[in-house]
Amino acid sequence: MSHRSPATPTQTNDPDTSAREVYLRAHRFMLQARYFEETLASIYRSGDKIVGGVYLGKGQEAFSVAMATVLQPGDLYGPLIRDQAGRMAFGESLIDGVRTYLGSALGPMKGRDGNIHRGRPAEGVAAMISHLGSMVSVVSGRLLARRLRGDTTSIGATSIGDGGTSTGSFHEGLNLAAVEKLPLIVGVADNQFAYSTPTCRQYACEDLIDRAKGYGIEGQRIDGTSLEECLAAFQKAAERARTGNGPQMVVGKLLRLVGHGEHDDANYVSERLKKNPEGRDCVLESMRFIRERNWATDAEQASWREETMKEVEACVAQVLKEPAPDGFAECWEALSHPHLIEGRPS
Amino acid sequence: MSIPYLAAIREAQAEVLRKDPRVFLYGQDIAEFGGAFKATKNLASEFEGRVINSPISEDAMVGLAVGAAIEGMRPIIEMQFADFSSCGFNQIINQAATHFWRTGVPCPITLRLPSGGTEGSGPFHSQSMESLYAHYPGLIVVAPATVEDAYSMLIEAVALDDPVIFCEHKFLYYHLKADSLPKQNLPIGKARIARSGRDATIVTYSAMLHEALRASTMLQEDGYEVEVVDLRSVKPIDTDTILASVARTGRLLCVGESFPWGGTTAEVITRVTSEGFELLDCPPRRLNAKDTPIPFHPDLWRVHRPTAKSIYNSLHELIRL
Repeated sequence: MSHRSPATPTQTNDPDTSAREVYLRAHRFMLQARYFEETLASIYRSGDKIVGGVYLGKGQEAFSVAMATVLQPGDLYGPLIRDQAGRMAFGESLIDGVRTYLGSALGPMKGRDGNIHRGRPAEGVAAMISHLGSMVSVVSGRLLARRLRGDTTSIGATSIGDGGTSTGSFHEGLNLAAVEKLPLIVGVADNQFAYSTPTCRQYACEDLIDRAKGYGIEGQRIDGTSLEECLAAFQKAAERARTGNGPQMVVGKLLRLVGHGEHDDANYVSERLKKNPEGRDCVLESMRFIRERNWATDAEQASWREETMKEVEACVAQVLKEPAPDGFAECWEALSHPHLIEGRPS
Repeated sequence: MSIPYLAAIREAQAEVLRKDPRVFLYGQDIAEFGGAFKATKNLASEFEGRVINSPISEDAMVGLAVGAAIEGMRPIIEMQFADFSSCGFNQIINQAATHFWRTGVPCPITLRLPSGGTEGSGPFHSQSMESLYAHYPGLIVVAPATVEDAYSMLIEAVALDDPVIFCEHKFLYYHLKADSLPKQNLPIGKARIARSGRDATIVTYSAMLHEALRASTMLQEDGYEVEVVDLRSVKPIDTDTILASVARTGRLLCVGESFPWGGTTAEVITRVTSEGFELLDCPPRRLNAKDTPIPFHPDLWRVHRPTAKSIYNSLHELIRL
């Protein structure tokens, strides 16, 4: 996994300059994720090159990127299905994503699992399973292991949606993390729908952040469409987690601006909701934010898009030439100990 | 010296805690209290900070173990009763069992499941889960029937890089005893001939081994010699040892305490009929618990599960075929 840094901040002691550079760096990852996912959607619609489903993070990039941005090398990251931006900010290479979506044998999961499930556990990125909420305890287990070994410097972060908070696994995981007082950030993207089910059928509390108090952990409720607000909240959460204050819950109110997957036209999302504040497009908001502060010219912003699109196109072209996994050459053994595989000559 | 099965499990945990700094124990009431069955008695004080009480959260307990294992640790999770592992089922079969296959990163966790029936334990504190877990790729499932195996197989389970479901039988905890703990033993994956014979083979495991041995002794008085194979490992199954035994006897009875539909006994019969059909002199038989939840009242429970008497009767029918 290569750490990509489209706008790596230069060392500076000026807090304003530093904040700007962190912001711009996060913004660039948002753009990369957005343009990459637009390409994926386009390939998905154009034919049969995509293997499996396409689940996009449109509308959630600011929230996703902010959580990963505050992590440091050596920290742990447990992304979920709408975390393309966060993955890139944590250091996942573009080609990892392209390879899994296009079914290359050279991808991190080698075709054994796909797309949003990809991960590199040895490098700190959990490989999520589809059962929502279950990554909370896995990231917690890694943090507990580190504490048992005397490592109290690193933290972990994992994502969930409003629907995922209804699972028993999420509750057990977060309660356990709270009991163990682990340095875990849980980012809840309250994106108004779990597939097609609105939040009123998902939870009965006034706001999901109310649950933080129930778990005995610290929480913040933020506008998930504002990159500035997301960065500030996750920076605070990371600082609190890193200094021994236990799990941190950040709930970002936002709207999923696409269907559950690209197969879903999301006709259940009302026009009224789209016009609400949570319906703002975080990428457009961020571009406006940058323009208002004169942090980049329109021409510079356009060049960022062009640069990213070229990179994505080159990557797709390369991966399309790569081999698919071969079922007849595959090692069909689910254990790491060959001598315990049934039917294998000893 | 007389060492009960339960003490062997405790000693095995002490041994791996002593020798391997990566090992830690996580489970309900296991620290100062020493566990519901005292399988971790005094370990919390001997190994400070490494025997940790968990909330009642089987899902999160297993998830935590998976995370710790990925991080390089060797967690042992105690389920208070095997029955409650169903609350952690998803993490066991989808997270732990798939991890190596999906990512190439092994998941060395050991899940201790106090299994099987005892008098008065009822539907939710008596279950045998081994067949269920054996169904899933990526898991090793063991069911030790002796004090020696409980000790050595637990130590070996912790040393393996793959997830191990360790089904220890509660019925054996206190009354099954050995003079000493073994320095060497058969490895996981190998079955053991617990008794030699020529007239029929019983393939069994866990507490049913002892019922089968008693039935074999009863049958000896009738003039028959029954061979008893103790599987030890439910997955992988040592098919070679089973086939070799059936080749000697020509008759097969499989006995298991778990429910009858599918499962370990069905798997053994499938293997013998598909790989050694010509070795059989008559149709193979199997004996399991009844196809109902496990009853609470001892008088019902004793009829629900196979016993020496029901195994004896089944053997008689088998030998007469």
